[in-house]
Amino acid sequence: MAKSPKLEFDVGWDLSPAPESTDHINLKGQYDLFINGKWTKPSSGKYFKTVNPANEKVLAEIAEANEKDIDKAVQAARKAYVEVWSKMPAAERGKYIYRIARLIQERAREFAVIESMDGGKAIRESRDVDVPLAAGHFFYYAGWADKLEYAFPNRRVHSLGVAGQIIPWNFPLLMAAWKIAPALATGNTVVIKSAETTPLTLYKLAEVIEASGIPPGVVNIVSGAGETGAAIVNHPDVDKIAFTGSTGVGKIIQRAVVGTNKKTTLELGGKAANIIFEDAPLDQAVEGVINGIYFNQGHVCCAGSRLFIQESVSDLVLRKLKDRMESLIVGDPLDKNTDIGAINSKEQLGTINHFIKTGKDEGAEMYQNSCSLPDKGYWCRPTLFTNVSQSSKIVQEEIFGPVLAVQTFRTIDEVISKANNTPYGLSAGVWTDKGSKIFNLTSQMKAGIVWANTYNKFDPTSPFGGYKESGFGREGGLHGLKPYLKI
Amino acid sequence: MDRVEILKTYKIYIGGAFPRTESGRYYVPVHGNKQLGNICLSSRKDFRNAVVAARSACGKWSGKSAANRSQVMYRIAEILEGRKSQFVQELQFQGSTKSKAEQEVHASIDRLIYYAGWCDKFSQVFSSVNPVASAHFNFTAPEPMGVISICAPEDSGLLGLVDAVAPVLAGGNTCVALASEGMPLCAITFAEVLNASDVPGGTVNILTGKRTELLEHMASHMDVNGFLYCGSDEEEIRKVQSLAVENLKRVSISTSEKLLSSERQNPYCIEDFVEMKTTWHPIEIISGSGSGY
Repeated sequence: MAKSPKLEFDVGWDLSPAPESTDHINLKGQYDLFINGKWTKPSSGKYFKTVNPANEKVLAEIAEANEKDIDKAVQAARKAYVEVWSKMPAAERGKYIYRIARLIQERAREFAVIESMDGGKAIRESRDVDVPLAAGHFFYYAGWADKLEYAFPNRRVHSLGVAGQIIPWNFPLLMAAWKIAPALATGNTVVIKSAETTPLTLYKLAEVIEASGIPPGVVNIVSGAGETGAAIVNHPDVDKIAFTGSTGVGKIIQRAVVGTNKKTTLELGGKAANIIFEDAPLDQAVEGVINGIYFNQGHVCCAGSRLFIQESVSDLVLRKLKDRMESLIVGDPLDKNTDIGAINSKEQLGTINHFIKTGKDEGAEMYQNSCSLPDKGYWCRPTLFTNVSQSSKIVQEEIFGPVLAVQTFRTIDEVISKANNTPYGLSAGVWTDKGSKIFNLTSQMKAGIVWANTYNKFDPTSPFGGYKESGFGREGGLHGLKPYLKI
Repeated sequence: MDRVEILKTYKIYIGGAFPRTESGRYYVPVHGNKQLGNICLSSRKDFRNAVVAARSACGKWSGKSAANRSQVMYRIAEILEGRKSQFVQELQFQGSTKSKAEQEVHASIDRLIYYAGWCDKFSQVFSSVNPVASAHFNFTAPEPMGVISICAPEDSGLLGLVDAVAPVLAGGNTCVALASEGMPLCAITFAEVLNASDVPGGTVNILTGKRTELLEHMASHMDVNGFLYCGSDEEEIRKVQSLAVENLKRVSISTSEKLLSSERQNPYCIEDFVEMKTTWHPIEIISGSGSGY
């Protein structure tokens, strides 16, 4: 096969820096807990720092909630549920949620910039994906509030009470929206905990919630590490736990609620297969693979981290893939030209590097983009591994970073069994131009979301959630209502 | 001389065959001072074999068209109707009165008909086409969950089992059911009905034995996707829930409340054992005509 000339990305590709300005960003040095509509000092007096992973500078100090603070937050949520929120006409409830959606839209730019500063994601993504989708979720669920009787045929639905929600660091504002919006629309009140490394946009959301005039205690926002999360999960007056995070922690939570009446929704890890057939539109497929694994630095539970290429086109696809990888710009998350931002934390960078080392130790062949990396901050080049097997660690385990493991296949049966050979079942991708083959594949993937000839698309109307050890319950769409209701 | 009656040897039902337990063990349930028989005391190994059979039947059962599954389930009801008197006798033998036994058999047949009808309808009720804001066709539809462990109610030998198995089957799943320990006879006779009803071997597997022995294996097996527990023993529920965590089995708890009433039957029992899959595909946009769903 003829080799394409080496693409010279150093020549003529100098893009002038185009950083998003941080001038209009309103960030305080310290954030307290948001409990019962008031900014509340933590009872321990403890604060932790949140760091910009692109330059390692401290952005703000955040109050750490302990068991006492959680108890206060749950009590506030219970009181608001009993006295106000569960009695309020559903249409009025909906209007508050609409207000939150609008206020996020009005302050979208500020949210996007802070999201990129706190989490390291490229501004292009926080601006075009995270923030509009977050506002969209509130807008979508606001309208459900007074229409719930139409969602469940032959049933009268009832809210559950107080929902305890724990969200991850990869899409902080968006995950908060996925959790809070359906909970409020179905008439529940909320205690939500931010992730340790990305608390800021949740406290900006607290400002929005305050400004919306929603009754105090309906949404309570706290921060902290695992112990804080445990205090929420174990609180006897919490009726519902919604968790997004690792499968390991999900199992700990599920064990903790055994014997209680707490309902759970778990949105956990994944190791998605992205499958390219020889008859696929290859350039589009390569673009989809890039988006599938390098979107948000690969910090995505549904990332397409296992690529399967049909043998007859594997050389060609790999060449195109490597060429495309070489054109990716890694750097300042606030620069509008940046494709891949900073790794979320030093700890996560360590985890990713450990997996990369394991891949090499196990005999896999590594390819990385050759771009230069900034001196400060946490960075990882887009990486792919070939010469891996089904049993390789980097094929089996979720890396949560920009690392792709590539395998080849000959027949449909072979790739179906390889793709499904994982305890996870969150998502999958299929690339082929043949309609009947698409539906054969999409129906055989044991996964909750299947993207055909596209990847990593999200929408408030579209249910999201896993099979098997990727968790249970759905978020988004009509199906996202049920986990918050007795039906 | 009176004719000597042929007594029935009660077996278990695995992969469409009727073996005795591999363990060679038995137990003798008693009603009053009447011994019900030498019933198989199934072992962990029997359960594991049954899971293998259930897993390999997944494709055969879920691969049928929904309309065909509906007809097969209807067929189960037909055969059960034809063998009504045998079940009434067995229920009486296990302590029921004639009228109660008849009521239970009738309700069992009707429940099968009810869920047979849902096979090709529930996915229309629970599916959605999602109006996403981008140029994609996006829909959500239920799929079978896979292999389900069923711990049938202790206090209802036939109806309890049928009520548990029927929605699981209607959802396209296969299952391994543990029969009532004290009233196991109808469960095994019901296996004969299943075996005569075009249900692919391995789709339903029925074991007899002790909850105290089998429950933990049914809840912890890594190739089981869901668990339907019928009963209200808090300790057992806790055990099932904690062991199920290991591979995140979906656990559903059901009591025998209103077992005879048609109020009990509903498609949400099917929904407990399906997975919702959302599929995306781009829609070509050339002329900007704004096609979409």
